[in-house]
Amino acid sequence: MTFNPIEVRKDFPIFTRTIRDGKRLVYLDSGATAQKPQSVIDAEVDFYRLHNAAAHRGAHQLAEEATDLFEGARAKVAAFIGAAVDEVVFTKSATESLNLVAYAMGNAPVGNRFHLSTGDEIVVSQMEHHANLIPWQQLAARTGAVLRWFDVTPEGRLDLSQIPQLITDRTKVVALTHQSNVLGTINPLSEIVAAAHAVGAVVVLDACQSVPHMKVDVTELDIDFLAFSGHKTVGPTGVGVMWGRSALLEELPPFLTGGSMIADVSMTTATWAPAPAKFEAGVPNMAQAIGLGAAVDYLSAIGMDVIAQHEHALTQDLLAKLLDINEVAVVGPLNMGNRGGAISFTVAGIHPHDLGQFLDSQGIAVRTGHHCAWPLTRSLGVPATTRASLYLYNSVEDNDALIDGVKSAMRYFK
Amino acid sequence: MNLDTLYQEVILDHYKNPLNKKLSPTFDAQVHHINPSCGDEITLNLTAVDGVITAITWDGVGCSISQASVSIASDLLVGKSFEQAEAISDDFVELMQSKGKKVGDEAVLEDAVALAGVSQYPARIKCALLGWMAIKDASIQAQTK
Ligand SMILES: Cc1ncc(COP(=O)(O)O)c(C=O)c1O
Repeated sequence: MTFNPIEVRKDFPIFTRTIRDGKRLVYLDSGATAQKPQSVIDAEVDFYRLHNAAAHRGAHQLAEEATDLFEGARAKVAAFIGAAVDEVVFTKSATESLNLVAYAMGNAPVGNRFHLSTGDEIVVSQMEHHANLIPWQQLAARTGAVLRWFDVTPEGRLDLSQIPQLITDRTKVVALTHQSNVLGTINPLSEIVAAAHAVGAVVVLDACQSVPHMKVDVTELDIDFLAFSGHKTVGPTGVGVMWGRSALLEELPPFLTGGSMIADVSMTTATWAPAPAKFEAGVPNMAQAIGLGAAVDYLSAIGMDVIAQHEHALTQDLLAKLLDINEVAVVGPLNMGNRGGAISFTVAGIHPHDLGQFLDSQGIAVRTGHHCAWPLTRSLGVPATTRASLYLYNSVEDNDALIDGVKSAMRYFK
Repeated sequence: MNLDTLYQEVILDHYKNPLNKKLSPTFDAQVHHINPSCGDEITLNLTAVDGVITAITWDGVGCSISQASVSIASDLLVGKSFEQAEAISDDFVELMQSKGKKVGDEAVLEDAVALAGVSQYPARIKCALLGWMAIKDASIQAQTK
């Protein structure tokens, strides 16, 4: 079966509606959030209609079904990223996953491998989303550790020549994005991971923009923690994943405490259940996790390699067409090596917000602004950009609609 | 909804040729305001004599709506007392929050009525208000100086 995005679109009910007085929806904002196939919507609805009960609690049939479905979703997600089942923790979002790791490390007592203090260093990069910058910046501020970072080269790549100066005996954590949500850059990890492990540091990967778009295998990548969001992975909002190596999850203290995460409790003390329960306090987001299970089923049935190939071809097509317009400047890599389908650009004389508004009037959804990566856009000297981000349901006709839209905007704002 | 209701000629004119977009060397209050959702930034200087605003100058980056709006406000509110400026500003905020139901009183708001269309685009209201909020803030600071 050959892959056809027009056929794929039929799985996503939102594409049957129109935008701004009858225009076809050209959705180029999957980097912010992806649309949902019917199977994901059904999974969530069916849970509420037929199986709703508190997982892991209650001695009744519904509780059993809810537990089976919830744990089944965990197994699906684990298989999807090449992890062991008990290493997959459900959170509400990637933002919560990254905060979980950072706050849990902040809770580590002296003697725990995650304990941080003056003299320790945390390494990030200048291309981080605020969600993978601020938790580390604030952890550093709370513990006295120093935050250091990889610079970004003018073409939007990490400056790997900085590895020896950045990753040293003082480094405890290296937290990096796998794929930049602004630049589309896919960061090469092997050298950085090797350097981090050589000094005993852990590598935390923000995989928000990679897990939805390509095969990501935590074992192959040899990383230590990984975060992604359900809603960018054609899954529901309100569910994210924090994956961690089981030995590390054992040593990492909990972040949120409460019901379902304990081994034993007295009035003054508590001990923790093993992971993943240790990191999932309270009745979990069952419907959303189950929806995410359906989402990874949906993506796996198509094949992540097929999706990645499709996006690669589309990105190449859109980049070439954008660069054909003199007034357009692409912010991010211009060549397709290690590059994903988020394309940020500026158009001379038109502010991104105005361009976005004009494109919206044509039924084209893009994102404008600093994309929650303000230090990056400031360092690149572009306070705001317009971003088109591509996914499995986009087609060359969507690219052409964007190009037409940009050209029409140039006439409109002339 | 027609895009032309948003992008009135007056707005695009102010965007291309903004008024008072050059920071004065002296001022009674200087403020820096940011729209954290889109990254627009403005620095604004305000001077007043005996309770009357005598100069508003500014510099900044932003979309046509935010730039035109501050350009219009920096012209309209000069020569007004702080009380008058506040009343006009309140009228403008009301217009922005009207969801397309109000057209604005041209006798009070002058060129600013051209921004009425913004009220139908909820995501743009903050753009239109950036400069006005900066002026409000600067007015308070100048009065308490
Ligand atoms: C690279 C990256 N990291 C983190 C996030 C945060 O994801 P969420 O807002 O779903 O928690 C996003 C999405 O906005 C992202 O693109």
